[in-house]
Amino acid sequence: MEKKANVLVIGAGPAGLCAGIETGKSGAKVIVIDENTRPGGQLFKQIHRFFGSEQHHAGVRGFEIGEMLLHKCKEAGVEMMLSSVVWGLSPEFRAGVVREGKRSMTITADKVILATGASENSLMFPGWTLPGVMGAGAAQTMMNIHRVLPGKRALMIGSGNVGLIVSYQLLQAGCEVKAVVEILPRVGGYKVHANKIARLGVDILISHTVLEVRGRERVEEAIVGRGDRNLRPIPGTERTISVDLVCLAVGLTPLSELAWLAGCKFGYFPLLGGFVPLHNRGMETTVSGMYIAGDASGIEEASTAMEEGRLAGVGALESLAFISAAEADSRRKEIEQNLLMLRKGPYGDFRHKEKEKIYSEWKKVKEKAGGYH
Amino acid sequence: MSGKRLKKRPVVIIDCPEEIPCNPCETVCSQGAIIIGQPITNLPVTDEAKCTGCGRCIPVCPGLAISLLHYDYSPSEASLTVPYEFLPLPKKGQEVFVVDEKGRYLGKGNIIRVIPPEKNNRTSLVTFSFSKKLYKKVKYFVLKRENLIDETRKYEPGKK
Amino acid sequence: MRIEKHPVLPDRPAGKKVDIFVDGRKVEAYEGEPIAAALWAAGIKKFRYTRKEKQPRGYFCGLGRCTDCVMTVDGVANVRTCITPVKGGMVVQTQKGLGIWKKRQMSW
Repeated sequence: MEKKANVLVIGAGPAGLCAGIETGKSGAKVIVIDENTRPGGQLFKQIHRFFGSEQHHAGVRGFEIGEMLLHKCKEAGVEMMLSSVVWGLSPEFRAGVVREGKRSMTITADKVILATGASENSLMFPGWTLPGVMGAGAAQTMMNIHRVLPGKRALMIGSGNVGLIVSYQLLQAGCEVKAVVEILPRVGGYKVHANKIARLGVDILISHTVLEVRGRERVEEAIVGRGDRNLRPIPGTERTISVDLVCLAVGLTPLSELAWLAGCKFGYFPLLGGFVPLHNRGMETTVSGMYIAGDASGIEEASTAMEEGRLAGVGALESLAFISAAEADSRRKEIEQNLLMLRKGPYGDFRHKEKEKIYSEWKKVKEKAGGYH
Repeated sequence: MSGKRLKKRPVVIIDCPEEIPCNPCETVCSQGAIIIGQPITNLPVTDEAKCTGCGRCIPVCPGLAISLLHYDYSPSEASLTVPYEFLPLPKKGQEVFVVDEKGRYLGKGNIIRVIPPEKNNRTSLVTFSFSKKLYKKVKYFVLKRENLIDETRKYEPGKK
Repeated sequence: MRIEKHPVLPDRPAGKKVDIFVDGRKVEAYEGEPIAAALWAAGIKKFRYTRKEKQPRGYFCGLGRCTDCVMTVDGVANVRTCITPVKGGMVVQTQKGLGIWKKRQMSW
């Protein structure tokens, strides 16, 4: 079976859905494809209220934003293909797809927008493979989507926003959070998120790490200890905490296999999660007609992912002549203004700088290839 | 904060120390008592003279960082209104434990009012009273007093 | 343990209860939920044993990526239980090593 589209969006998370809405509402034939049985990516497990301004759904909970986006997708006439894995992507934009683990098909598109998101990093220590050690996001999926309590007493590794938010949500679901350990001498995430769990008595142990997790075929206890300035454990500072769940919240890595397959050039940007496909301000990669948005283009937040998805959509629309250059410029200007605002402050400035580096690396590659004017 | 204003009626307290791009508290305030302006990473500034103590800003704050302090709740007690997103909900008259910013026990308190979660998209507002002497330290309340790290055993490397 | 009441989320939607069979034991599950969730709710955390060291593994990434949670389902080995929906009457087995591969598994 073969299918054709103007725009193929891979990934139905916040970035992919917004790319679908942007292109669909301007008349393009759009397919948004996702391997999961439900659209929304990780939005539906976000039960906290989002930061931002009114036009960014500030104060609205993540899963409600998900509902809103799905409704808008419908209105924009976006075709949603779920339970469909894209296993390959050629430079001619032919995507190899397996539907429901059985039927094979191809989709040919004029433009491709990659919005494949990210995966959680892992951390290795003795006992890290015991059942009961899991990603913080995995625990969040289990409790907020599947409504099963991942554990009764938890230890959280990492105090970034994911670690802090998931700790709070574990408490909401009825799990005791024994401690959050953070190897750095400071809390990684927003102070307001840290305050939410600290005032409930959750110990946030800075300059601490997990040394070992023990148990008979499942997690029974964790040993944590203090780390020195070089992040090495200090002998004699160990203590044992009785837990049945250890959550790892130690960062995310962009999922960009399809960009590698399609021949995109990459750069290494550790502050944005590692290897990132180079792209320009309009989210176009080094492969003309192929765009990238959201965490796959560098780890940020759902709010920036949504804006990037729109930006990629505008680029695709313009090059397909669904909108005029003037219309594209005016849409881009508004979106870039929003992104500028979202990338301000102590948690935003560095992301802004890294993104600028990606744009300039993209330009260098394009100039070298002679394809940039 | 001026002591005089604090005594008259409840006044908003915003514990928002970092420049996060966020401003629903400013948007929701009909009195113009919370100012952020542009860029929206500015820290919120409260105008106590304008704040009527309505509490509408409490549940819209994504950081759950806003509370309402009433110093003169009674001759001997102050009260605090906080956002609450846990089960079970406390009941009016229930005795609770008041805690500081680190969850450290300060003393006992009583629930005065509970605005149920349906009113504010699943965020309840709970008002509780406590001794006036504690008004600067009290940040929250808990229903159960628990020691969170309950076991401190010596770690023996290699022992299984 | 299932989370029936939640302070923020609506009550757990009433799903269709079905039985699945895990190593011969009858386990109650909701149709359509991932096999891994049904097992965890029933207190089952060991999903397989590794080939060489015979160490237990369970639910880890929850995304279908890490393959830690694979089990033998209805005779098919290496099924990712965190993304495979429950169907009534499923026979789920703790997998040892790579499991037993069948021909039809490799030829869709």
